Amino acid sequence: MKVLIPGALRSYTETSEAEASGATLAAVFADLDRRYEGIRFRVVDEQDRIRPHIRIFVNGRQVRDLWQPLGASDEIVIVQALSGG
Amino acid sequence: MARNTKKSTARKKVSITGAPRSRPTRRVLVMVATRKGAWLYHGDAARKAWRCNGPHFLGHIVNHLVLDPRDGQTLLAAAKTGHLGPTVFRSTDLGRTWNEAARPPAFRKPADGEAGRAVDHTFWLVPGHASEPGVWYAGTSPQGLFRSEDSGSTWEPFSSINDDLQYRKWMGTVQDGTPDGPKLHSILVDPRDPAHLYFGMSGGGVHESIDAGRSWTPLLKGLEVVEGFDQADATFHDPHCIRLCPSNPDRLYQQNHCGIYRLDRPSNEWARVGSAMPKRVGDIGFPMVVHPRDADTAWVFPMDGTTVWPRTSPEGIPAVYATRNGGKSWGRLDAGLPSEQAWWTVKRQAMTADASDPVGLYFGTTSGEVWASRDEGRKWTCMARHLPEIYAVETAQVA
Repeated sequence: MKVLIPGALRSYTETSEAEASGATLAAVFADLDRRYEGIRFRVVDEQDRIRPHIRIFVNGRQVRDLWQPLGASDEIVIVQALSGG
Repeated sequence: MARNTKKSTARKKVSITGAPRSRPTRRVLVMVATRKGAWLYHGDAARKAWRCNGPHFLGHIVNHLVLDPRDGQTLLAAAKTGHLGPTVFRSTDLGRTWNEAARPPAFRKPADGEAGRAVDHTFWLVPGHASEPGVWYAGTSPQGLFRSEDSGSTWEPFSSINDDLQYRKWMGTVQDGTPDGPKLHSILVDPRDPAHLYFGMSGGGVHESIDAGRSWTPLLKGLEVVEGFDQADATFHDPHCIRLCPSNPDRLYQQNHCGIYRLDRPSNEWARVGSAMPKRVGDIGFPMVVHPRDADTAWVFPMDGTTVWPRTSPEGIPAVYATRNGGKSWGRLDAGLPSEQAWWTVKRQAMTADASDPVGLYFGTTSGEVWASRDEGRKWTCMARHLPEIYAVETAQVA
């Protein structure tokens, strides 16, 4: 499925869009980490929690649960969410 | 940051002036970590001119940048961004290229299903003992201790404190610590014995291990705490920076929340040597620097710790204070520093010394300036300005 990558993570993917597969968000991040080593830990912490200033949208709906089931045609957007200087 | 990242660098010449002294045989590298990236300053043989190399990791919060003196080439950077989680970057070519750690410091998942802790940032990096090449230690926020045995590529937690119920109680919560999170810092390795270790916790006291970290003992005797709290409880001890004297590893100095202290082993009792500081300045501050060859000489950077703790230079007039007699007396060193309206201060790992003779001193300010002295603090010159808020300054001797 298609994963839209925010600017902060493009040093890993070098593109704004990546392909990954998995039946859950957790599986998709595991697949992304196989393709782009290190990317998962920047987004998901060691307790499997999405980091505080990262938001994940699946088909336009925000998801916080990594075990969320996914369909093969779902579109995932990773958003960097932080304001201030 | 992708692995194998090539780094484009901006270069400019920065000059400092001062009286001519004996020339060091190796060049000094000054490593500056800031809230928005890192910079390297390569000194000439006389430490008069500095070649700026940076920024590295522009936009990353870099808490520490340290070169391994054992191999002279492994450079580690503790970094994160506002959005992204923490990591450690490694370079073996003085920052021309960087690789990301394969497994950065991370806490274990709790076995009993309780909410586990997550590293917010790696705060402190230190190479291990000379007899253990490749070993590094890291301190994190929330407070945790980690070790690498492969020059910083993979890190493992020290469960003897990270998951110990007593230590977790002493560490408190993120609300109990410094404004941007409590920090484990000042990891010290006895140069005579790799199994003899110390560390400090910004909230949680000073601790010692003599068995390579399998067990730890608090070192609190003689240290004061804020009035009304229990001196015997490590929770209430806030060490800011602890240094071990390379020329006499039985001597430690500590700048903490309640003053400046010295410890001479085998005694376990700290003595408050900051009492000899001028009363109008006081002995509150964050950094502590020791002389590489003279255990009686140390430097501090006092700050205003009165009322609401402004965390500025007292009266807006910054100064370094030095002792040459183990803390019996202190002298003011401010030649060249601003004489008025300078409301910055220096964070706990943002002041350091080089190994040259005479010793060079360096500190980075919360307002983004790096100040240097080539003569042990007698005269100061600003060697960089307009940087982001400076979190750490370290030096190395490079060929």
